[in-house]
Amino acid sequence: MAKIIKPDELLKSINYTPPAANWMDLPNDLSPGRFAYPAKQDKVEYLMHEIPGQFGNPRQWRPEDVDWKLPSNWKEIVMNGFRERLDKYRSLKLFMDICVRCGACADKCHYFIGSGDPKNMPVLRAELMRSIYRGEFTLAGKILGKLTGARVMEEDVLKEWFLYFYQCTECRRCSLFCPYGIDTAEVTMMARELLHLVGVNINWILEPVANCTRTGNHLGIQPHAFKDIVEFMVDDIETITGKHLNVPLNEKGHEVIFITPSGDVFADPGIYTFMGYLMLFDAIGLDYTLSTYASEGGNFGLFTSADTMKALNGKMYAEANRLGAKWILGGECGHMWRVVNQYMDTMNGDMQGPQMKTPVSPITGTVFENAKQTKMVHIAEFTADLIKHGKLKLDKSRNSDIIATFHDSCNPARAMGMFEEPRYVLKNVVDQFYEMPENTIREQTFCCAGGSGLNTDEIMEIRMRGGLPRGNALRYVQEKNGVNTMACVCAIDRATLIPLADYWAPGVKITGLHELVGNALILDGEQERTMNLRQEPLPGMEEE
Amino acid sequence: MKAIFSLLLVLALVVIATVGAGAAKMQTIFAYCIPGTAFILFMVGFVCKIVSWAKRPVPFRIPTTGGQQQTLSWIAQNKWDNPSTGPQTFVRMVLEVLTFRSLFRNTKLVLRHDDGKNPIVAYVSAKWLWLFAILFHYGFLIVVIRHMRLFMQPVPMPIAFLDQADGILQILAPTIYISDVLLLSGATLLLLRRFFDAKVRYISLVNDYFPLFLILGVILSGMYMRYIAKVDIMAIKEVILGLLTLNYTVPANIDTSFFVHLFLVSTLLVYIPFSKLMHMGGVFLSPTRNMPNDTRINHYVNPWNNPAVKPHSYESYEDEFRGPMFEAGLPLEKNPEEAA
Repeated sequence: MAKIIKPDELLKSINYTPPAANWMDLPNDLSPGRFAYPAKQDKVEYLMHEIPGQFGNPRQWRPEDVDWKLPSNWKEIVMNGFRERLDKYRSLKLFMDICVRCGACADKCHYFIGSGDPKNMPVLRAELMRSIYRGEFTLAGKILGKLTGARVMEEDVLKEWFLYFYQCTECRRCSLFCPYGIDTAEVTMMARELLHLVGVNINWILEPVANCTRTGNHLGIQPHAFKDIVEFMVDDIETITGKHLNVPLNEKGHEVIFITPSGDVFADPGIYTFMGYLMLFDAIGLDYTLSTYASEGGNFGLFTSADTMKALNGKMYAEANRLGAKWILGGECGHMWRVVNQYMDTMNGDMQGPQMKTPVSPITGTVFENAKQTKMVHIAEFTADLIKHGKLKLDKSRNSDIIATFHDSCNPARAMGMFEEPRYVLKNVVDQFYEMPENTIREQTFCCAGGSGLNTDEIMEIRMRGGLPRGNALRYVQEKNGVNTMACVCAIDRATLIPLADYWAPGVKITGLHELVGNALILDGEQERTMNLRQEPLPGMEEE
Repeated sequence: MKAIFSLLLVLALVVIATVGAGAAKMQTIFAYCIPGTAFILFMVGFVCKIVSWAKRPVPFRIPTTGGQQQTLSWIAQNKWDNPSTGPQTFVRMVLEVLTFRSLFRNTKLVLRHDDGKNPIVAYVSAKWLWLFAILFHYGFLIVVIRHMRLFMQPVPMPIAFLDQADGILQILAPTIYISDVLLLSGATLLLLRRFFDAKVRYISLVNDYFPLFLILGVILSGMYMRYIAKVDIMAIKEVILGLLTLNYTVPANIDTSFFVHLFLVSTLLVYIPFSKLMHMGGVFLSPTRNMPNDTRINHYVNPWNNPAVKPHSYESYEDEFRGPMFEAGLPLEKNPEEAA
């Protein structure tokens, strides 16, 4: 972790009183730590070739330099792009027109709560774009100018957009509280699309996008390496349970294809969640395969542009067809499920092959009517159904050292509404469960402050500031109820909540839901377990 | 500064009407020409704006979900906050438009730095904005409906009844309307909130202060007419019916305050289609509220979906990684010899 100030200093530095100067006159602070690194030139070049029309101006550049090496007609490109998107998205046009600046959203953003920076108020973040809309596209704005919140597009504005539209995690918390449902995520998406056109981008998003295009996953894991990793996990499961599992890869003729974010195969603690999935599938004898070509559930295209999202997402149906799978089971991931729930079928539904059918649980016979069009089921829905029907043998005592709370990830919360399914699973595998305060969970949940491609270490202070609301709520249950574990259903969370907890609530560990399922699950023919999936002693086994 | 500018603008409008209709005797212009034109501009502008939104496509269904989704049969769906059908979405919209449900959720952020103890970020209930907004909007609605009695002869029963009910308190003479009190207090409180909440003051523009001052001008001029100048209501009704029947004669003895009121209302009408006040129409079209959360259940069509955007194909993937995939024993469409 990059060196950042201590939590108490950070807290003392927060001041919610806005500065005296008009926000339009505030200079851009482009010092190190205030922005994520720009995309590597070769990644942009590759993507320009693979997904045409989304990217431009590949070059080496540094945000801290005065000269961003923009194309000479950058303003024309951005303004034409803006005009085009105003015509393609009613949302954008409407959100530019109807905000009344009531301020209901102002203190709802985690980045504002942690920084006090007025441009992190959702209303002002949108005004960064709205002011240009007024100044460039409306008559009143052109005549009356600044008094009516209008201004013209300049290079400093572009830089400001880069700073602040990469300080929005598209979590949609503001949209919940807005009386007109104005969604800053929508505005941020449009701004990022415009920035990409002139080559203003961040590597933490574009490298995964390029990787995912080429190798099938964000992390760039090539097929043979993917197989090695899976075998490594199968070995670990054997060490823990004494049972060797068979994990099909790229095999045709299975009923289900399982797709999960590649973060789950790459690092702690995601791999334990992945092991939990594999054990679950073994326990119920699911007829499934994994795929290396579609080895990514997540979709950093969502954080890039609509067409990029579509191109990456299309692999799921393409691979289901090639392998002859009837339906898709999806792993624990936040933004993946925004894509699956709100975009996938609209974008790529016509790719579904005739073999794809409304998902039916082969174990319980439950028909997943709520997924009859996409043919894709969330593993928390799937597992909740298994438990409800008594199909899993669970030994909660193996998790008896865990006092859990549950972090609702932004997208499953506000772009899907999956609240009860993971809680039901969690309560069936752990004994002690406490909710964080009600204004910080469910639809009001706070972001991990690393979503939408911002889970990179060079902006750690921004992340820790944005992590304050979640961290503080976690700290509250840690002190009040002794909570020592925060479960979540998101691969980005599993990476970002660890530094967040270390910073704001040290001592709380982060787990995926199915890691806890894997611990509690009794497999047929397994040996007596002495350790959990992390290969730490189970409660009562510490002496051995 | 922005507030003063807005106030001066509204005062200038008052002066124009006072001088124009009073001293300069241009009563026909202020009674008929301006309101008539304003009404036409309002209607045309309003319709054009709605059409300009409605004709723009909604490529994706992006409701903001505020409750449990439709899922397994034994988990109760929160149908109002996370609708999955048309009728459920209709209920969500009705609640949004009539009760300002989203605003009712509002919380206020509190950060306490207690030295030596852990600081707490808390979110306390904050219903003031909701309350002010309800006072203002319902006050406004009743006033507008009540004014319909001036446009119709005979006055329909429901409007006459509303007029009576609104004046039921029977204090002062003429009887004070409850809606006047609601509207005036609502508008004043919303304005004061803009002044005294530092964050809201920071984001406020002329676009925010001007309509508030204008509406306050409308309210105060209207109240002045009724409670102080005690204008001849039948004469005014004659003017308005004249406007509707294209009979442009201005009765004598109409107080200048009426022309001020009418001029401010005309300005408001013209201003609405070009301003944030269009939220009254826009709220019905917001894609995060007026769509069901159902794209896993039903196919939705994006009118500009581009079929040329395709994933990087499996064939190119296998072509690139065939060698190592073969060595690792992964199944292939073509083994290396076939591909060579």
